Amino acid sequence: MSTNSDLNLDYVANLARLALSDAEKAQFAHQLGDILHYVEKLKQVDVTGVEPMAHASPVFNVWEADVARPGLPVEAALRNAPAQRQNMIVVPKVVE
Amino acid sequence: MANDLIFQSAARLAALLAAGKLSSVELLQSCLARTKAVDGRVKAFNSYDEAGALALAKAADARRAAGQARGPLDGIPVGLKDVIAVEGQPLTCSSRMLANFVSPYDATVTSKLKAAGAIPFGRLNMDEFAMGSSTENSAFGPTANPWDLTRVPGGSSGGSAAAVAAGELPLALGSDTGGSIRQPAALCGIVGLKPTYGLVSRYGLAAYASSLDQIGTMAHTVEDAAMLLGIIAGHDPRDSTSFKAEVPDYRAGLAAKKGPWRLGVPKEFFGAGLDPEIGAAVKQAIEFYRKQGCEIKEVSLPLAAEHAIAVYYLIATAEASSNLARYDGIRYGHRSAAAKDAIDIYAKSRAEGFGAEVKRRIILGTHVLSSGYYDAYYLRAQKVRTLIRNEFTAVLRDCDALLSPTSPVPAFRIGEKSADPLAMYLTDIYTISVNLAGLPGISIPCGFTGAGLPVGLQLIGRPFQEADLLAVAHAYESAHDWHTKHPVLS
Repeated sequence: MSTNSDLNLDYVANLARLALSDAEKAQFAHQLGDILHYVEKLKQVDVTGVEPMAHASPVFNVWEADVARPGLPVEAALRNAPAQRQNMIVVPKVVE
Repeated sequence: MANDLIFQSAARLAALLAAGKLSSVELLQSCLARTKAVDGRVKAFNSYDEAGALALAKAADARRAAGQARGPLDGIPVGLKDVIAVEGQPLTCSSRMLANFVSPYDATVTSKLKAAGAIPFGRLNMDEFAMGSSTENSAFGPTANPWDLTRVPGGSSGGSAAAVAAGELPLALGSDTGGSIRQPAALCGIVGLKPTYGLVSRYGLAAYASSLDQIGTMAHTVEDAAMLLGIIAGHDPRDSTSFKAEVPDYRAGLAAKKGPWRLGVPKEFFGAGLDPEIGAAVKQAIEFYRKQGCEIKEVSLPLAAEHAIAVYYLIATAEASSNLARYDGIRYGHRSAAAKDAIDIYAKSRAEGFGAEVKRRIILGTHVLSSGYYDAYYLRAQKVRTLIRNEFTAVLRDCDALLSPTSPVPAFRIGEKSADPLAMYLTDIYTISVNLAGLPGISIPCGFTGAGLPVGLQLIGRPFQEADLLAVAHAYESAHDWHTKHPVLS
């Protein structure tokens, strides 16, 4: 397992699409350093041959019939949109 | 009339409604009056829709008058943590990100409440996106503990716990990812039940950590928690982890199932860090069961005790970083006015919309899933999770339930732990492994500290055996009067 200094906040914040202020970066570097140091203890556990567990429910491969059903009406789906026009969500231009 | 209804159990209110001695409108008016009198100090509610709830109460009274009542909870208000969708109502998750969001549909649990005639009432405060153990991470300000307004109610379902404890509502729903129902229930002196993962549909529950999240019930009594569970449990095709289990009559099971039971006491859950007054109260509860003829066995859960918090904060933050990617400022939620292009919209909207703890967990989760770290952090945590689950499976082969404290500490002061996230995380030490293993757990009142703060007893059961777990809890509650004691909020 890695050491605390491996957390590159600028790199990870960009991956997470999260603009952090300098004050937040300083605070998080310290706090996340503590937490990453704490989780280092998992290195002590022998996990040789152990299957990873994704969730606890004894349910796998759930299939549904391929039948069309009504979805949310357009007005309901757009009700919370930050900007909309002609039944579409307005976003800034993404292609030049 | 109104004051007599405060702190009454839902079972008692249901009996009054059935006997025609109380109307649903009178009951709701009583809840409204109490809320208006005390919630300025408790701050359990983010909002409530008085007119909408009154219309539902009138409809419930009309059904009952026509002999068409839909069941015992018809006409009884149930508070909802502000993370569970109710069509046409706000769904803020106590976040600036969703401050103006209105649900376009009902969660499955909401549909089930409505089908039973219960009145979904109020949006209850919480830690932002259910991330926290004190309700201090709410963007709308902290909720206070009704037993001591300078202290936290626990979290993340702190608003739900405080509303019930303060007598504002007889019942509430919360969600529990690492203890978020049981811990606030313990700190507020009420009953809080986290069902087995998969028993209650998560459809319409804003996701935090999907492999751990579960909706559950908060109430004055075990019987009330059982009644409400019976309504919200059951298979739902809209949640692919929902289990096709029979839903028994949990309430009837309380009287039908009698001990003696074989009860395990995990020795590691009584070690360093446990408040001595809490340890003493829980040991007295264990003695009660022994005197009832139960076989008390010391059991050992070394990995759960030592590693559950580390495993949880890797898995839960990884899942959160993925789940909360949907809040991008495009389709719904906060959109930054300062953003220039698409990437800028994401980064600035999220920076402005999320609070500090949510940002911390997204950063941590993104880091542990990132290339080069996935195997060392996330995958290893998933493997240790398997070992923790196996530990519980082995112990529960010989025990009907396990007994432990719910929280190592009583309600702490507002601000006491908010600057130290790791110290806050450690308050979930006895509850978190139950979510990792997917088991049902319940916290019930088992005493008070010398300072008058409630203490919770946690009972952990076998998967999908809530009926047994509730019966064990009910046996204790029936012989004690902790649940009849209530905070004074003059």
